[in-house]
Amino acid sequence: MIKVSNLEKSYGEVKALKGISLEVEKGELFGLIGPDGAGKTTLMRILVTLLLPDSGSATMDGLNVVDDFRKIRKMVGYMPGRFSLYPDLTVEENLQFFATVFGGTIAANYHLIKDIYIQIEPFKNRPAGKLSGGMKQKLALSCALIHAPKVLILDEPTTGVDAVSRKEFWEMLNKLRHQGITILVSTPYMDEANLCDRVALIQNGTILSIDSPKNITKSFAKKLFGVKVETTAQRFECVGLLKELDGIDSVFSFGESIHITSNQKDINEVNVKEYLNNKGHQGILVEKIEASIEDVFMELMQNEAN
Amino acid sequence: MKQTSEYTGPIIRVKDLVKKFGSFTAVDHISFEVNKGEIFGFLGANGAGKTTAIRMLCGLLEPTSGALQVAGFDGYHQREAIKRNIGYMSQKFSLYEDLTVYENFRLYAGIYGIPRQERIRKTDELLKKLNLEESRNKLVAGLPLGWKQKLAFSLALFHQPAVVFLDEPSGGVDPLTRRTFWDLIYEVAHQGITIFVTTHYMDEAEYCNRVAIMSEGKIVALDTPIALKEQYKTDSMDGVFLKIARNKE
Repeated sequence: MIKVSNLEKSYGEVKALKGISLEVEKGELFGLIGPDGAGKTTLMRILVTLLLPDSGSATMDGLNVVDDFRKIRKMVGYMPGRFSLYPDLTVEENLQFFATVFGGTIAANYHLIKDIYIQIEPFKNRPAGKLSGGMKQKLALSCALIHAPKVLILDEPTTGVDAVSRKEFWEMLNKLRHQGITILVSTPYMDEANLCDRVALIQNGTILSIDSPKNITKSFAKKLFGVKVETTAQRFECVGLLKELDGIDSVFSFGESIHITSNQKDINEVNVKEYLNNKGHQGILVEKIEASIEDVFMELMQNEAN
Repeated sequence: MKQTSEYTGPIIRVKDLVKKFGSFTAVDHISFEVNKGEIFGFLGANGAGKTTAIRMLCGLLEPTSGALQVAGFDGYHQREAIKRNIGYMSQKFSLYEDLTVYENFRLYAGIYGIPRQERIRKTDELLKKLNLEESRNKLVAGLPLGWKQKLAFSLALFHQPAVVFLDEPSGGVDPLTRRTFWDLIYEVAHQGITIFVTTHYMDEAEYCNRVAIMSEGKIVALDTPIALKEQYKTDSMDGVFLKIARNKE
């Protein structure tokens, strides 16, 4: 459905995209995972025909994003990273506006937005600018969907949104995918990668890896241990101590545990624990663990830097 | 007026704090204390009242009722003193993008009335520590996000506040930089500066000494991450947060 090959884009001296290639299948929920400045927004803006690439090509459903931009605009729904609805128009007026711009009506495609819109319908006479963050997000999604697009492009829809609203939003995306809509979504939250069919890890205008979340985490080549400590003060000291241990490649805080990676045969659960015990830390738990997307991302980032 | 250096009690003291906007109660009788050198996490869904609470703690908003003391200063009558004794950093990094790195230091030092000699010495010291010496005369706008984050944090600490408020300090930052930043937070807390931090990254909640969770204007949970996970019978702060939000509904 989406095909991008060797796409490049620079802003002055800054190379935002350094030759990116990827394909998104029809009906796929595809995630662009990466921090601010990775190039996610630039890629999306080229796909929705708001920005011209310097070189390379991008097509959507066989249509070229440069030559066929009029046709593409009809088939794609776009939710920009910044809230871009009309704050002075009411909830209903915004929806009406977006339906009319595409030559349709709310009624014609109401089935697509019903589950989402029903949650904000009690506030349909409220100006969009006066909605809470979570409600704005639901309205923006409704407006992006009301012309029944084949492809939905969502730029960081969950940034700055609390953990509960984020979860609800992903449940909505999952439902839309089952209706056959192709979805390209970007996020800086690594844990959200697991909710996608496939993801591209992106950093500094380069794709580090493209695959299913499962295959990406399986690709982690090093031994990975989780070290659990009892107190916050202990964590700070243990991170420092582990960095000094021979044979350890990286030491990072990971939520409640500390993740350490190693390629050395003689590094194992027992001797890491002993090492910390000998340094005066008790109540330490060390176990071998599976890598998460974030572990892989950081490993790839470091390889890229070297 | 009490000087921060002499003050040894809790850095933040809040008792039955209330803020109403018309008939809407944004903050509804919250109470807690934060100690010197503590890393205190302040979580809650969007609209839970976090921002209103923080604005009162920073001396920007007068409470409707309840007691509030920050660094020993009163939240009603000594709000200017509070402002001078706290540092603040938001997700927007509160830097002047069209000033150079050095000019940002000069501006902050000027605002807080730091003497010239001290300013020059401390600026050099900090630029060295942050590895920003070569970027001294570069515009902030052109710096990578991670550098801006470190710079904003250093500026918030420049006048040696008793407590620094970090409002979603790591939104959108890559995972390596995010962790380097937390190393910096630990270092600063270790020096006795209190850290008050909000975040949507639940893994970061695990890094705090204690965490308060707000919902509908009230503090519904307050304890160490380990105790909260035990109380809510889940193995992550993400789990705690989701359970609290669900009970509400």
